[in-house]
Amino acid sequence: MDYNFHWRPVFNKLPDLLEAGLLTLEVSLLSMVIGTVLGLLLALAKLSPLKPARWFAITWIELARNTPALFQLFFFGFGLGAFGWHLSPFLIVLVGLSFNNAGYLAENFRGGFQAVPENQYRAARSLGMTAFQATTRIVIPQVFKIVYHPMTNQMVWAVLMSSLAMMVGYRELAGETQFLASKTFRIFEYFLAAAVIYYVIVKIILGLSRLLAWRLFRYE
Amino acid sequence: MNETVTFFSGFKINDLFFLGEAALQTLMIAAISISSGTLLGAICGWGLAEGKTVVRWTLNSILDVFRSVPLLIQLILFYNLFPIIGFDLGPFASGIIVLSMYTCALVASVVRGGIESVQQPMRRAARSLGMSYLQSMRHVIFPIGLRAVLPSWIGVALGVLKDSALVSVLGYVELLRASQILMTRTQEPFLILALAGAFYFALSYPLSRYSKQLEERWAS
Repeated sequence: MDYNFHWRPVFNKLPDLLEAGLLTLEVSLLSMVIGTVLGLLLALAKLSPLKPARWFAITWIELARNTPALFQLFFFGFGLGAFGWHLSPFLIVLVGLSFNNAGYLAENFRGGFQAVPENQYRAARSLGMTAFQATTRIVIPQVFKIVYHPMTNQMVWAVLMSSLAMMVGYRELAGETQFLASKTFRIFEYFLAAAVIYYVIVKIILGLSRLLAWRLFRYE
Repeated sequence: MNETVTFFSGFKINDLFFLGEAALQTLMIAAISISSGTLLGAICGWGLAEGKTVVRWTLNSILDVFRSVPLLIQLILFYNLFPIIGFDLGPFASGIIVLSMYTCALVASVVRGGIESVQQPMRRAARSLGMSYLQSMRHVIFPIGLRAVLPSWIGVALGVLKDSALVSVLGYVELLRASQILMTRTQEPFLILALAGAFYFALSYPLSRYSKQLEERWAS
């Protein structure tokens, strides 16, 4: 083995890497929030009796689930350029991840909605609640309990997927790592540091979600 | 002769062959990684379900790393690690090794779920009929567990098929990389990306539909 590891440049740039880690968290959290809203709408559209709405939802969901996430990023990055829409690298990542998250979450939400018995809604209505109240106070909380763990998983996936930003030139953790590594050629060292940071981020998310679950579902 | 030199040329029939060949590379990488990863994953999953606490704990913490670090980072990391420890593997071999490990980590938890889905009384019954441990594994636990987890295994396999697009980061020309090359030359990103996306979709969609049907049929 005639390779000398140089960790010094990595340590010197550690603040930059950690800052980039925050960007990773930011973009994946934002994409989760947008994805959740869109996913809810898609799930409702897929369950609705309106045919065009159903078709729109099905197309979105199946495209998001059956093509590589990298392809989706390329599509929003380069494909839309064909129509003269040029998104910034940040927007490419955000739109691509939200599109993907929405597709996966929509299926989870649909499963959740179908798992809550129709009678819950009817009972709420017969107690005098409006349709809106019955949905938001009776149905959604039960759906939320069912989709909580899949959502946590999706959040982890979003963090892992956000590393694809490197391929479209956004400098979150992976992109920043590649940028720094290509300046010093200490590729292995830098990417090992990035791997550790990703691992820690994922563990923190899982830990927080477990804490939150304990707090939220303690009366179950 | 008034032929002008053009750097960009339109999309030709030849390019379809180029894309087709790249699609074959994608299929090959995916097929090799999925099969070797599944084999390894089955062994690891068996260890996770039936092993001693030490074995379980060690296996789990190793496999957890592959699930918690982005595949992109893993690919770059191992691609740069192999030459350091004295194996000069190309992008193809490195890609397959990393994808297999990644598949193994995902399949292991699926297999563990499968083994644990077979209830204890069933196993005791098999053993009390005089079956050896291996016989009960082969004739009782395997067929019942397989039913429980085949849909999720298909999900993992499709995920790896889609994730194999990431090997392009090592410079290996698979489908997405080939489309990137063509996009640069022909300046027709939309058409080419649509072709690449259609290929992934055509592979992934029928299989995911099939797995959903299996799930519904076996659930009832």
